[in-house]
Amino acid sequence: MTAVNGMAGRTPERSDVAGRIVRALNRWPVHLTLLIISLIWFLPTVALLVSSFRPPSEVLTNGWWNAFTLPFQFTLENYENVLGQNRMGGSFINSLLITIPAVLIPIMIAAFAAFAFAWMDFPGRNILFILVVGLLVIPLQSALIPVLQLITGVGLTGSFLAIWLAHAGFGLPFGIFLLRNFIGALPKEMFESAYIDGASPVTAFFRLVLPLSVPAIASMAIFQFMWVWNDLLVALIILSGGGPSVQPITVTIAGLVQSTGQGWHLLTAAAFISMALPLVVFFSLQRFFVRGILGGSVKG
Amino acid sequence: MNTLVTALIVVVGVPAAVCGYIIATEWVIRGFASTTKTKLRPWLWVLPAFLFLGVFLIYPTIRTFINSLFDRTGEFVGLQNYADLFGSGGFWQVLANNALWLVFFTGVVVVLGLVIAVLADRVRYESLAKAVIFIPMAISFVAAGVIWSFMYNINPDIGTLNAGLTAVGLEPQAWIQEWPRNTFMLIVVGIWMWVGFAMVILSAGLKGISTELLEAARMDGATELQVFFRIILPLLAPTIAVVATTVVITALKTFDIIYVMTGGLFNTSVIGFEFYREQFTNRDPGAAAAVAIILLLAIVPIMLINIRRFQAQEAIR
Repeated sequence: MTAVNGMAGRTPERSDVAGRIVRALNRWPVHLTLLIISLIWFLPTVALLVSSFRPPSEVLTNGWWNAFTLPFQFTLENYENVLGQNRMGGSFINSLLITIPAVLIPIMIAAFAAFAFAWMDFPGRNILFILVVGLLVIPLQSALIPVLQLITGVGLTGSFLAIWLAHAGFGLPFGIFLLRNFIGALPKEMFESAYIDGASPVTAFFRLVLPLSVPAIASMAIFQFMWVWNDLLVALIILSGGGPSVQPITVTIAGLVQSTGQGWHLLTAAAFISMALPLVVFFSLQRFFVRGILGGSVKG
Repeated sequence: MNTLVTALIVVVGVPAAVCGYIIATEWVIRGFASTTKTKLRPWLWVLPAFLFLGVFLIYPTIRTFINSLFDRTGEFVGLQNYADLFGSGGFWQVLANNALWLVFFTGVVVVLGLVIAVLADRVRYESLAKAVIFIPMAISFVAAGVIWSFMYNINPDIGTLNAGLTAVGLEPQAWIQEWPRNTFMLIVVGIWMWVGFAMVILSAGLKGISTELLEAARMDGATELQVFFRIILPLLAPTIAVVATTVVITALKTFDIIYVMTGGLFNTSVIGFEFYREQFTNRDPGAAAAVAIILLLAIVPIMLINIRRFQAQEAIR
């Protein structure tokens, strides 16, 4: 054992090439494990993507891996069908119409509350913020039915307005938490000198806090986007009175799974359509998404 | 078209209204003495947020508890809905599935997330490997459900997993029909989606450990395993706890995977789904509310852990 350790300790002194080979050999289990895990993680998505571009007759009779044997037969037919006949195009638009307002509405509301929690003193501030931390993990299952009853009570059944406001409410605890931590970390001197110069909190908020908080607001927005776009449960319940014409893409696909359990050529294309936008957002704004994940959990 | 107009009005209108409200409050309180202003102002700033929280989270949760005390006909029955649930075999099946989710989903997500974070830290293609693992986090459970239903399909000419089995001469399996195997197969889908989350947080924690410390240990002759178990693991423990609590909550709230892949059939239901089944399939709002409250109670301990952790964090601020 000591001999092995001694050798490892001397490695850097050896000739460069030999050292590199030894190090590479020592590390092949690392590379192999990572490669295998990555392949397993990638495979299901590849299966979906490849299938969505194969002709229906092929998808339903032989496995997706046969797509790589000659002659190649790739087609956009499934996408045309699913967008044309299965309401998927309309559902995609619905998803956009639901998501964009549901992302934009809570931002200012969260930012105002976050600023008050971070930089204003008031009795009960701690208790109220602890309430927000508690609400962060409330299961929506325990709130949705009374929300539906409220919405029905004011005549908003199955309307986009109802789901915008509901998503805004559900996203607020995370938004307030994230923004308060960020705004609270801004330098105290900045506010002091602003107030000495006669600025009101409103001016300080719009001139200093808001511009400086853009990265945190971006994180909140992307998180809320992912959460609303990918949501099934809230849409299923809140829009239950609205019928197929208001369904977002997740609800439509879930319905398609249940009704045409074997229509894989359509399902694969539909699933990929629903994934496209979050994947684009993810790859272009990964930085903010990751920051949201890191900032959103209560850190130890 | 109508929707588009409403959307536009709401998207511009709500933030404008909230901004206008804040500016208006400043104007309204302008006449007051400076100390009164300082006292009043914070309440006015948090008011819009708490209106939303009150209407969409706080009141409904209390209301759900009240609903759980009434039966189908609207008659007050006390805790009878809860007694009925715990008296039925079906609900214990649901709880058993939740136990499996809690142990295996949480365990595998945390351990695998840690392993990948540690391994990826040592290679040059770290960001690529991490992106591949992280991608499923960006898509919906619905899309993941389609992806994995396709993998699990019983027909070996469609389902990748059964194609693999038949290729080595084994019988194709009905992966999601037989308990408890089906619950494990659904947990695999959850793991596939959530390992990326654990990996990202743990990887960030890992970067926070000083490399000098690790190098010093290696110089003193510590093996890589010793470095991992004696230094990295203890230093990451608080981060692991953060990840674990979040993953536990996800396990408890699970709904979409069950809804899409089995519809709760074949004994795969969990609390987060059972609520929906009681409400919309059994049409028993009292029972549904009771299930939702049981789910909430299961989450309360984690809520308290989070609050304590938050307070500790504030104390050292």
